Amino acid sequence: MIFKNAQAVIGGEVKKVDIRTENGLIAEIGENLSGGEVLDCAGLTALAGLVDIHVHLREPGFEKKENIESGARAAVKGGFTQICCMPNTSPVIDNKVVVTYIKAREKEVNLCKIHPVGAITKGQEGQELAAIGGMKHAGAVALSEDGKSVPSTKIMSLAMQYASDFGLKCLCHCEDRELVDGGVVNEGYYSTLTGLKGSIRAAEDIIIAREICLAESLDLPVHICHVSTYSGIQLIREAKARGVRVTAETCPHYFTLTDEAIKEFDTNTKVNPPLRAEKDRLAVIEGLKDGTLDCIVTDHAPHHADDKNVEYNLAAFGISGLETSFALSYTALVKSGELTLPQLAEKMSATPAEILSLKGGKIEVGAPADLTFADLNEEWTIDPDEFVSKGKNTPFTGVKVYGRVKYTVVDGEIKYEEKRK
Amino acid sequence: MLRQKDVTGLYELSAEEIDEILCVAAEMKQKLRSGVKNLPDLTGRAVTTLFYENSTRTRCSFELAAKYLGAHVVNISAASSSVQKGETLVDTGKTLDAMRNDFIIIRHPMGGAPKLLGKTVKAHVINGGDGMNEHPTQALLDMLTMRETFGAVKGLKVAILGDIRHSRVAKSNLFGLKKLGAEVSVFAPRTLIPADFDKMGAKVCASREEAVDGADVVMGLRIQLERQHGGLFPSLGEYAKFYGVNEEVIKYAKPNAIVMHPGPVNRGVELTCSLIDGASSRIEDQVLSGVAVRMSVLKLLNDQEARA
Repeated sequence: MIFKNAQAVIGGEVKKVDIRTENGLIAEIGENLSGGEVLDCAGLTALAGLVDIHVHLREPGFEKKENIESGARAAVKGGFTQICCMPNTSPVIDNKVVVTYIKAREKEVNLCKIHPVGAITKGQEGQELAAIGGMKHAGAVALSEDGKSVPSTKIMSLAMQYASDFGLKCLCHCEDRELVDGGVVNEGYYSTLTGLKGSIRAAEDIIIAREICLAESLDLPVHICHVSTYSGIQLIREAKARGVRVTAETCPHYFTLTDEAIKEFDTNTKVNPPLRAEKDRLAVIEGLKDGTLDCIVTDHAPHHADDKNVEYNLAAFGISGLETSFALSYTALVKSGELTLPQLAEKMSATPAEILSLKGGKIEVGAPADLTFADLNEEWTIDPDEFVSKGKNTPFTGVKVYGRVKYTVVDGEIKYEEKRK
Repeated sequence: MLRQKDVTGLYELSAEEIDEILCVAAEMKQKLRSGVKNLPDLTGRAVTTLFYENSTRTRCSFELAAKYLGAHVVNISAASSSVQKGETLVDTGKTLDAMRNDFIIIRHPMGGAPKLLGKTVKAHVINGGDGMNEHPTQALLDMLTMRETFGAVKGLKVAILGDIRHSRVAKSNLFGLKKLGAEVSVFAPRTLIPADFDKMGAKVCASREEAVDGADVVMGLRIQLERQHGGLFPSLGEYAKFYGVNEEVIKYAKPNAIVMHPGPVNRGVELTCSLIDGASSRIEDQVLSGVAVRMSVLKLLNDQEARA
């Protein structure tokens, strides 16, 4: 197959080329390629297939919210060719059986690549190490206690060391739950205005600092999940400057929204960590620009309407993000001039792949033929009724964005093609 | 005339609406004083009080207000634990609506619950206190008492001392008083002051004396013993000694200043006993204002339909 005439983002450049794929790999990149099946991509931009290393697919156990098929459909619709699914399922992904199940479902569903992330501790209970070696052999690509932190610093330290034997990194959700103490929003003006219990930045920062200290002491890598605070970003920036092997991610909602969004008690704004203040939002953008924040993930957290149509305190945390991430990021970061298109491509493909040593993330000969084709000039309005994810929970309803995914290609096969209107 | 179907908070009401509620409430209060308890305004209307938190004063006040206006009244109290175990608020609301309730008065431990209910039901929803968010009728009754004492709320200086952080009363008073042109100063232990309260228009003071200085109204707010167990202050005794309002502190207020408290009061903690029982205390008058204000809100919401 030859994808002709797209503006391809290759390394730091954007250039019009043809891309020939063969046997699931990129076989040739050049001008005026011909022969075999051809897809004209004139007017579209070709990106290395997007990679999201922080997704919740809810299967097994919470299929009312999402399953692997609906989640994978949402992924390819959003331009993602590889996603990593978090272990807070039921049962928890804490052993090779669950990992093997997910890998089997990946093959059945056959849409995008799905990489399970195993729990750090058994049952995510923070006591004993999960079956880390077995999970790695069954296909887990990283470890995370996502949804919470490992409460014990000692267990966390041991987990990082043991995981390193298997080349696995810990992806750390940073939250001092005792300090959060039931807080559901950022503490500040809007928590006071709504009377919703707030949580201070320190609740996130303290655990970011702890994981950095462990990584530094043990000389091991660590990855910080969904960073939301200006002060946490500064901790990571300083750690990187002195050579600590720390990487970090953030999500579109942290650079597009602030806690002002909570003021009407819309439970779709309830997310963990919470939406913060404007100074945090600006710091997230600055962190993306200066490389403190390495990549953009969705933290795709689909929920059933029943989990959100309740009191704010009782509503589930999370935003369904796979189908809006690229457009929100492109609009807020590239359209606005904060990042170049190649820089955004790095944050959404190359770097996340590199952090977890996944194949792909680059358009180069010999790489997997994972490609995302988008019309960057198309303006569209976010409408959860159009989501293919079961999770319609988005705070972005009605928001106008640029950048519409037209084709998503995984291992040379078109797995998503936008239906013509 | 109230613009919205529901009264969820003073944040949403305009100064004109608050003023109208207070005007009607003042008339109601006169009628109550003269013993009138059989007004016809809500005849044939159904009012349900839906309380997810314990309350004697507020529930009773709403019930009597509705009955004095001739409504049918049903009381439902749900232990807060049943919120999580049983039926969802949305489903409960739909059920009450199906029974042709005209008004639902809700008290709930979680902020925003009245708004959620209001979006769900056709009935008018009145907030009887939601979490740490608002308690609009309490602030309205406080303002009615202030208005009757001083003739107007505009220009008054109101000092609020106590558990500001967890207080929906402080919040509703702040919104209402600012809209009517009063000044609000607050004082409490740092652990009991909510974030950015100054940015909402309150003067957050560094001492009791500073807060009370030149005040027309000194309002104490209940300190709950459970906050002590949560580590927010060492003991009620220490609170009373360093943060409570006593005879020395009240000297900083204006000579004709009044003392208020939404109740139930911890005698000798937020306010000394002699202030609670003294000549400047308006605590009992607040209770009567409460019934009047609730009658006024019910009547004005009901008038919306008469107009439509």
